[in-house]
Parts: sequence; structure tokens; C-alpha cells
Amino acid sequence: MKKDDENGSVPVSRRDLLALGASTAGLVSLSALGSLVGARRAMAAGTKMNLTSWGGAYQMSQIEAYEKPYTKKTGIDFNNIEKSGNGPALLTAQEQSGNISWDIVDMLQADADRLYQQGMLQEIVWNKDLDNAPDGTPAWDDFTRGSLSGGDDKSGGYVSTISYNTMFGYNKKAFPNGGPQTIKDVYDFEKFPGKRGLEKIPAGNLEWALYADGVAKDKIYDVLATPAGVDQAFKKLDTMKPHALWWSAGAQPPQMLAQGDVTIASAYNGRIFNAIAADGQPFDFVWDGGLYEWDGWVVPAGLPADRLKTAMDFLRFSTSTKSLVEQARYIAYSPARKSSFAQMGNLTYYKNDKIKMMPYMPTSPDHLKDSIAKSASFWTNYGPQLSQRFAAWLAS
Amino acid sequence: MCAEVTTSAKGVPAEAGTPGLKASLRRAERRKRRGAFLLTLPLLLFITVMFLIPLCGMIWLSVANTTVPTYMPKTVAALSHWNGKDLPSEDAYAAVAADLGVAFKNHTFGRIAKRLNEEMPGSFGLINKTTFRSARVKEAPASWKAELEKIDGAWGKRPIWTLLKRESSPVTADFYIAAIDMQYSAQGVLERVPSYERIYLPLFWRTGWMSILITVLTLVLGYPLAYWISRLPESKANLMMIAVLLPFWTSLLVRITAWIVLLQSHGVVNSILVGSGAVSDNARPMLMNNAFGTVVVMTQVLLPFMVLPLYSVMKAIPDSYVRAAVSMGAHPWRAFWRVFAPLTLPGVGAGVLLVFILSIGYYITPELVGGQNGQFISNRIAYNVQESLNWGLAAALGTILTVVTMILFVLYGYISGNKKVSIA
Repeated sequence: MKKDDENGSVPVSRRDLLALGASTAGLVSLSALGSLVGARRAMAAGTKMNLTSWGGAYQMSQIEAYEKPYTKKTGIDFNNIEKSGNGPALLTAQEQSGNISWDIVDMLQADADRLYQQGMLQEIVWNKDLDNAPDGTPAWDDFTRGSLSGGDDKSGGYVSTISYNTMFGYNKKAFPNGGPQTIKDVYDFEKFPGKRGLEKIPAGNLEWALYADGVAKDKIYDVLATPAGVDQAFKKLDTMKPHALWWSAGAQPPQMLAQGDVTIASAYNGRIFNAIAADGQPFDFVWDGGLYEWDGWVVPAGLPADRLKTAMDFLRFSTSTKSLVEQARYIAYSPARKSSFAQMGNLTYYKNDKIKMMPYMPTSPDHLKDSIAKSASFWTNYGPQLSQRFAAWLAS
Repeated sequence: MCAEVTTSAKGVPAEAGTPGLKASLRRAERRKRRGAFLLTLPLLLFITVMFLIPLCGMIWLSVANTTVPTYMPKTVAALSHWNGKDLPSEDAYAAVAADLGVAFKNHTFGRIAKRLNEEMPGSFGLINKTTFRSARVKEAPASWKAELEKIDGAWGKRPIWTLLKRESSPVTADFYIAAIDMQYSAQGVLERVPSYERIYLPLFWRTGWMSILITVLTLVLGYPLAYWISRLPESKANLMMIAVLLPFWTSLLVRITAWIVLLQSHGVVNSILVGSGAVSDNARPMLMNNAFGTVVVMTQVLLPFMVLPLYSVMKAIPDSYVRAAVSMGAHPWRAFWRVFAPLTLPGVGAGVLLVFILSIGYYITPELVGGQNGQFISNRIAYNVQESLNWGLAAALGTILTVVTMILFVLYGYISGNKKVSIA
């Protein structure tokens, strides 16, 4: 202070500034400490299973269909963690620190395959670790082809429980003379005016851009793997840009539709279903071009024997034909087992027994022919690069 | 640290004492200093464990490149004497097959695939395919070269080999190269990425100018406010300080959500505009999901960080200074500019520094209200940590941001420590 007084005008020393910086740094570190403590607490839970999923209505359906019956049967409780959004990153961090705190994790197929091939997931032997169908069909044949993955036809790291669609939905109030039926309609801003809600990621948007530009459904990924195809997709997306409003959380698009911010929005089919069935919103689906992908369980590698045993037992329980059918009462996502589909005939929504679930299932035979199978391997290979270009395109 | 300064200031009376007294005073001072140091020890320890060590970890991560050396040791050895011009010799092909064989058994080939894919899109599929197919080859073939080229034509071309050779080194500048929107061409020459993929430099630039704008706005709004509060009588000033501090203590997320309610296209502000007839219903202006939203919300969120240091400095400036200047004939404005304003410079400096440094690292506000052109570099860092899992690139971006911040910090310390800064 004294030195600065001699300067006459600036009574602050470099030391004061350093102290200021240090306190700011302390603040930041404190929040890091906070998250660390959170992780510890989750780990210390011991007798409980640490189950990580996506939260919301989806995790609710898992609690109702898998967890409650399992607790009733075995007495084992659950610690529900809603962190699947960052699942791959957090699991990688747990693996690197050597403290695996999660017992079973809900994950997208592409991420799961990638982690399994990095040795971070427990190997699952299909016909040994999973139950047969009620008629005795082994698991490998009962699960829809492509829904068990990571390895080969004997074992792998990932078991799908459901498939879901990312697809367009619209507000019927905005189109009294009938809403859009195809992806081409979604791109028709004259006939179907209004803003479009789109997810702020390249996946989906690029496929639909090509599809709307006339590329056949089964050729989309071949085209998109070429530089010319990527250019074509972005050129088509350019026409969308002035009409687009971007979302990043699954809860947003139904809200945007309800508030009239947009007239058409891409969304997870379960969210639109919820808005219709539970909230009575005047929404409808554009089944054409619905992009379906798998979602399911992984068990982290390197669990201690007792936790591994429980995790594998729960995996078997929750992927049984019965559990998967039960789940479909709570949410409009398709079960991965064919035998579950066969039992779904008159299944109704848990809140309203007038609503049958079958017409809302994205991979039901009716809808499958209109859908596009999202290619996990394509996005593993080209995801980082396309995401960078997409982000640059958004910002430009 | 501050304690040390105060002690020496208090040590002034010693000049009048005897030498014996001086010595014992010095001893007492030393004791005090040691005590002060011990008191700061927990903080130093805390900073070391929670800040310095992770920081070093991040810097290491931004140059570390251990994947290929760890999981493909034979390939690294075989490529060490490759000239890089023609295709490598048969032993390099055999080494790749052997390494991938081991990686297949250990389930580690995905790590190789992921690392190579970060540098060359499509490598993920190449490595996976090659691993699975070559694992099916029961007896060692006459030529692994022919075998691998049969599995995928890419093995018969140079790029993958150039890449493997480059990734053989345990440290790399790759992440920094990517962080400044550059890449290696197929020929292995450094070049800028195509314009439609450039994102990091524009983002650094945008983060910079928007942070400057936010800092200027907080200063313009905060300076008069702090001045006003500092001149109020005690009781009213306390009330006003609570008004400043209340939002400061409110959760950040709550404040941002409140702003979303205000700014969204069917929000409060737009509804008032439409209701009053100022704009028509289908021409509602976009007040968020763009750079405008980010600037507005961040200015409000960071305002207390400007007001508080300004207030504490202004509070300490006696009214008599300005009065003295005025009594000697200065116009009130002139008295303000020449006497008051220069005395508040340390507060301005601290506030500007604090707000600017917080701004360039801000994440949550741009994420929630930034939309497509209001995102900051930190949002991209988060993407690389959480989504693409390219932690090396995230670390490189983080390191660049840290270094920029440190340079600014040192620069400021240098300017303010050496000589007075003048506004004019």
C-alpha cells in the first residue's frame, strides 16, 4: 500500500490483484470439489444398485417396469442417477480414476459399441446372460436383429431394451386443412408456414435434408459418406436455416409446439406421445422419415464380484419379455424383443386405458416401412467431423 | 501476503528506538510473518491440490499422445525407419496385424480406432474392420500386405501410414493444431481446414469481442450505480447494497430462467411489445437464442462483480477531495474527472479484470440463451469433453484460454503496478 501511495493515484498493489485471482480460482475449485463429493456419496451407497439413466418419463418407466418389481423380488434397492446424457464421458472418467461407481448404465447403442471396443464394458454372453423367450427361443434370435451389439453373434457389451424415433411432430391447430405428411412437406415453407424446431446436432438433420432433396432412404448414408453428399445436405439445410429454432433438451420441442414458437418440430416420439396422451395437446406425428435408434443397458467392466453378480442378475430380469412389455405401458418406445411385441396386442397407456400403445410404437410393422434406421457406425466414424462443420454452419 | 504489508507499515515507530529494541522488534515481526504464512498454508495446499495439479494435468493432456505407442508398440518400432515416401515394407504390415491381434484379445482396439479417427475421419471403421477380419485369419498369410489390402484398400495408400507414423510419438501438437483450425493434408503438410469447418478461431474471436462488450456494458451501468450508492447515507446505502447483492446470491440458473421467461418469443417483453402495438404479432423480434440474448443476460449476471469493487473503492474516497477541487475553482465535471475518477481506477481495473476473465470462460449462459450465434468457446470445450470425448482437444482449447487469461492478468498487473493508468 505504501508504495502505491507514493505513486499517488493507484492504491492497489499487484498482491491485491493476485489475492483476487486466487479467490476466484478457489471458487471454481470448490464447485469441482462439490461434484467429487457427489460421486463419493453415490459410491458409498453399497447395498443399493447405482443405476444411471436419462431421467424424466423414460427413467420413470424403468422404475415402474423394472426396479419396483425387482426390489419386490430381491429386496435390492436402487439409487437412480440421471446422468446418461454424459454417460460415456463420466464412465470414461470413472475408469481412468479406477473408481467405478455405477453398476448399470442406460446408453445409446453407438456410444456403447465404442466403449465396449475400448474394453470398458462387461462382456455379455447373449444366450447365457439373457433369458429365453417364453416359447424357448434363445435371446440372440428373440431380440430384433441389430439390437444386441458390440461384438458378434455370441457375445458383446450392449443389450437394447427399447428403440425410439427422432421424428417430426406438428401442432394441428396451425394446420386446420391437414398437417405435413412427409419430410418434403416439412421443407415446404409455403404450404406449411411457420418455424421449425430442430435439434442442435447434425445427426438427423443431415439425413432428413438429403431425404427431402430426393435421396432414397436406403442410400442416405452412402451419399452422406461422400464429400459431395455432405455438401448437398448442407445446401438443403441452408433453405431450412431462416426457419429454424434450435433445441438441445428433449423437453423443449413439445413446449415450443405448445407455445406456438414453432409449428413443426423434430422430437423424440415418446415426448410427443406424452404431450398428446398425458397433456391433451393437439399434436400429431409425421411418421415418414422417422429416424429410429436403439437404447439399452451396459455394465461397466471391472466391477467387484458381488456388485457384478447383482448387476448381471438385474440385467437378466429387466430385459425379460415380461419386463419389456410392462415398460411399454408407460412410454411409447418399442421393446427390443420380438416376443414382447407379440404380447402387446391390446396394451394400453397406464394413465388412460382408452389409448392403445401399439399405434405409437416407432418400430411397429406399420411404421417401420416409413422409418430410417439411424446408422450408429456412420456417426461413430464421421460424427466428430460433421459436428464441427455443423457448428461452423450454425454460427456462420 | 497482505499481513506482511501491514506489519511493515506498523514497524515505522521502530526508527526512534534503540538497536536492542530494533532487533527484538524484527524478531517479533518475523514470528508474525511466519504465523501469517502458516495461516495461509491451508489455502496454498488447497490451491495446489484443487487447482495447480488439475491444471498441470490438463496441460499434459493437451500434448499427451500415448494411445498408439501403448497399444501398437510393434507398429511404432516397424515404422521408425520408414522413409515416409513409398508404402512401408512387409514387416510394418505384419506389425499392424500383430498389434491389432493383441488389441482384439484385450478389447483395446477401440482406443486406437478412436484416437486415429480424431485425426482422420473414417479411421474408426477402418481399424475395427481390420481388427475383426484379421482376427479371423487363422494361419499367418504369406503376405500381410496383400491380406490387409484385401481387407481394406486404405492400407494400400499412404495417408493411414503417415498418420500412424505421426501418432508414434508420445507427445503431439495435433490438438493445438486442431484448436487453431488447421490440419495435416493427405500429403502430411499443415494447412487450414476448409472454411466451412473453421470454428475454433471464430469462436475465440467471438468470445473475445463479446466479453469486451459485456465488460464495457457492466462498467457503463455499474459505475454510476456504484457512485450513487457510495454517496448515499449509510442506511439507504445498505438497502441499495442488498438490492445489488440479492441477485448475486440467487442461483445463476434461476436468474437465467427468469430471463428466458422475459425474452422468449412469446415472453413478457415480446408480449408487451405486441400488446402495445409496437410490433406486429408475426414479426416478434428474436431477443434470445442469439448473441443479443447472451450479452443482455451475461451483463445482468456479471454486474455485481463490477459494482462491488467499484463501490468499495469509491466508499473510501472522502467527499472533501472533490469539494476541495471545486473550492479552488474547478468545474464540478472537471473536479470529477481529474480528482474522483482517477482515484477509482483501481476499482475499475479490478472490476474490468474480474468481469472480463469470468466472461471469457462463461459456459452456462451462452449454452442456455446463446442459440446459434451466441455460443462461447467454453461451449465447444464442453462438447469435446462430454460428447465427442476428444479430451486432448478440449485440454488444448482450455490451455489456450488459460494462457490468454494469464497474459491479460500479468499485463494488467504490469500496467497498474508500474504507472498510473489514465482514462484520457
